[in-house]
Amino acid sequence: MSSELINIDESMPVNTVEEYLRMDRMPHIWCPSCGIGTTVNCFAHALEQSGLDLQKVAIVSGIGCTGRVAGYLKLDSFHTTHGRPIPFATGLKLANPELKVVVYSGDGDLTAIGGNHFIHAARRNVDMTVILINNFIYGMTGGQVAPTTPIGATATTTPHGNFEESFNLPYLAESCGAVYVARWTAYHVRHVQKAIKEALLKKGFSFVEILAPCPTLFSRRNKLGDGLDQMIYFKENSEIKNDADTKSVGLTFQGKITVGKFVDKERTTYLDAMNEFYSKKFGDKYTPYKG
Amino acid sequence: MAETQQKKKVSGSVVITAERCKGCSFCVEFCPTDALKLSDQYNAKGYHPPVLVSQDLCNGCNICGLMCPDFAVYGFMFKKKEK
Repeated sequence: MSSELINIDESMPVNTVEEYLRMDRMPHIWCPSCGIGTTVNCFAHALEQSGLDLQKVAIVSGIGCTGRVAGYLKLDSFHTTHGRPIPFATGLKLANPELKVVVYSGDGDLTAIGGNHFIHAARRNVDMTVILINNFIYGMTGGQVAPTTPIGATATTTPHGNFEESFNLPYLAESCGAVYVARWTAYHVRHVQKAIKEALLKKGFSFVEILAPCPTLFSRRNKLGDGLDQMIYFKENSEIKNDADTKSVGLTFQGKITVGKFVDKERTTYLDAMNEFYSKKFGDKYTPYKG
Repeated sequence: MAETQQKKKVSGSVVITAERCKGCSFCVEFCPTDALKLSDQYNAKGYHPPVLVSQDLCNGCNICGLMCPDFAVYGFMFKKKEK
């Protein structure tokens, strides 16, 4: 029966994701049941659906587990120094405004070491898409406490539990002026795919936070099982609240997670604001910058 | 009525590249129709890759394809047969 069914369709479709990946570099370095691969899969599907010209998409990553993404995607990619993907991406965008620049990095890279760059890119509304994979910990360097580690969670540097207040990233992004803010988990694959597609097509600083399991360091140190157990936790404890007030979406250790699309608004981008301002100031003497 | 529903049922299948699998079992756990299970066999890296339980259960929704962190599995729908 089954073999007959397979033979009906002679041209068995190929995995469309493989076109977007450097398959010669597989298998990737991520641990078994790590959530980063899932988000890359969703990103590739979103890229396919967005209809963007791949010659004009550039991906920028920093250092860390998620920082490896730039090396695995078959796009113009930029693997930058620790915490600095946003400055490199800003430069890329300003030198070539036709490019669609995507920053794909982790929580430690973007909000701890590169925290200042993050808030200023959001303030200026530089036209880029930032995809932040939040696994609550510094993965690659050995499980140190990150600004996103929830209170009570154990990390290598906090063996008795973390006592620092953690970042509420959607609130941070919105208050700094991001025009698109969404949070999903690696379990919500269809939503992640849709959110990334919307963020890619949005003009301005768009921010998507994706919570992902870290089986080797976060789950194991906190005795939460493996990646699958954390995915089941995401499934059972997530509440979808679109347009929720970002002040109320903070995360607690193994508590409820509010997911959804929180902000979608319009604001003048950095380059448009510059051209508009100088055109008003200097009149015909100023030639608007177009790259 | 039951017959028409039977005809409308979408059918599909999955393609599994066992060598890439790291045995996370996301596809098995989150398959909406429970069409996958972990195989008893090992792949070259020593993990149990997924296998299809029954062809009739799979509807080709590709949730496994989106979930898979190792790009080892994807689902597809059969093209409709010409009348």
